Amino acid sequence: MHKIAILGAGRVGTALARRALSAGFEVRVATSRPAADNAFMLQIVAPGAIAASAEEAIAESDIVVLALPLSKYRNLKPELLQGKIVVDAMNYWAPTDGTLAEFDGAASSSEVVQRFLKGARLVRSFNHLGYHEIEDAARPQGHAERRAMAVAGDDPQANPVVAAFVDRLGFDPVLSGGLASSRLFAGGTPVFGAAMTRSEMEDHLGLSSENLA
Amino acid sequence: MELGIYSFGDVQRDTATGELGSTAQATRNLLEAIQLADQVGLDYFGIGEHHTREMPASAATVILGAAAASTSTIKLGSAVTVLSTDDPVRVYQQFATLDAVSNGRAEITAGRGSSTESFPLFGQSLNDYDELYAEKLDLLLQINENETVTWSGKFRPALNDALVVPRPERGTLPIWLATGGNPHSSVRAGLLGLPISYAIIGGQAHRFSPLADLYRRAAEQAGHGPDKIKVSVASPGFVGEDARQAKDFFWTHWHAVMEQIGRIRGFAPPPRFHYDTEASGAGALFVGHPEEIAERIVTLHKSIGHQRQFFQTDVGQMPHRDFLRSIELLGTRVKPLVDAELGRRQPVPENDEAAHA
Repeated sequence: MHKIAILGAGRVGTALARRALSAGFEVRVATSRPAADNAFMLQIVAPGAIAASAEEAIAESDIVVLALPLSKYRNLKPELLQGKIVVDAMNYWAPTDGTLAEFDGAASSSEVVQRFLKGARLVRSFNHLGYHEIEDAARPQGHAERRAMAVAGDDPQANPVVAAFVDRLGFDPVLSGGLASSRLFAGGTPVFGAAMTRSEMEDHLGLSSENLA
Repeated sequence: MELGIYSFGDVQRDTATGELGSTAQATRNLLEAIQLADQVGLDYFGIGEHHTREMPASAATVILGAAAASTSTIKLGSAVTVLSTDDPVRVYQQFATLDAVSNGRAEITAGRGSSTESFPLFGQSLNDYDELYAEKLDLLLQINENETVTWSGKFRPALNDALVVPRPERGTLPIWLATGGNPHSSVRAGLLGLPISYAIIGGQAHRFSPLADLYRRAAEQAGHGPDKIKVSVASPGFVGEDARQAKDFFWTHWHAVMEQIGRIRGFAPPPRFHYDTEASGAGALFVGHPEEIAERIVTLHKSIGHQRQFFQTDVGQMPHRDFLRSIELLGTRVKPLVDAELGRRQPVPENDEAAHA
């Protein structure tokens, strides 16, 4: 598990690309633009990342990260993501992105995304911290200031894979449960945007620490 | 290096009664702040379009027009104009008029705006966010280059050989592109050969260094000369005589505004230790005593190479006198130190000899 595809090359996508590269992953980045357009940009802002088409990036990678604006999720091609471990780093923010009917009143945006991406093994994570914190807040294992990162998904094999990815990127993974539980760390919750240690986050997510390794 | 201020027209709160002041008084206070900035030798004042009770600076060119008549050298601009929900023809007419009454001191900074109140206000849909901006920027740039414009698009009636006046005496208006750090915005500004304005409002400021590099490389690739390529940095900032007092004071106001925004957007306001980290070293918050701020500007200049830095000071219903005092210190204490280090306005040398003189 050392190849990562990142779909989206905005602030979140490029920050994740840099972080994953420095953690030793092979990183491919794809957007709705041609790979050649992104190559120029990536060689300067994320040197080492490979500009690719979405098809190629997904096919070549063990983990696919969705780092596009949620309002664009319907541009994704579900057939390409069949059976793939997919990390949903997106959020529904009506005040800044506009109202999207299918997300209004939905328990968690990831469940809506999962319904669209049938057959993908969707795991929500990396959505609750600011994009610059992906790099600034990353710390090695055991560091006193290491922050927790929530992880939620319905696929019992995909969750530990994403948890290990989170860990290698410099955060303590905290498994909150199935995809539905990702509403506990969506926008408007105390977890969203907050800096928490593993035990603080477990408290906020209503998890007792005995149940976790 | 040019130094300046930007404001969203923050409304003051009465510290004794806790009552929120009037939006009209805040507007007059903003004009006074611009006049002071000019008097203490600052180079730039920008007004950021907002439409809220706490931040009512919705009509920048009216305030800037009043400022034009009562200031002498300061450049007057928007920071930013929410172009997506405005009419580029009207925006251009207003800023070209400001340019005329200020004798060539007007600038436009175009952006999408991070707050979105103007969308429902002017009947635009946030779902058209990207498309609106691209189309309106295209029209604005065409108007800047041509007195008569023939144009058609999706969101506005077509123009057929339409005359847009008045015209700036220096030929064109400076139009900056504002960005919060999306790499494609840096590429766009570079390819268009437009000056770029980075809003660095959190985290570590030097992480914008690769973006500035990307911007310059894109401009070079498109064949734009170095005279067109300019970088500015907009950050929260407050200057006080005493570093500790300045940091404590700004914290209460910055935290208040982060709470307000956090309530709307659903994030938890950052804790004090987070603020203290960002208000020192390479952090994005320029809060402290004059020597410290000057040193941090000069340090950031080493990684970004920017030509202008300007600060948002009046946030979270700050008392007007504290806003004015910070402007005064920025002009009288910070600016001479930065000038001594980097030189005034960094003129482009005419030849190598001048560069080494």
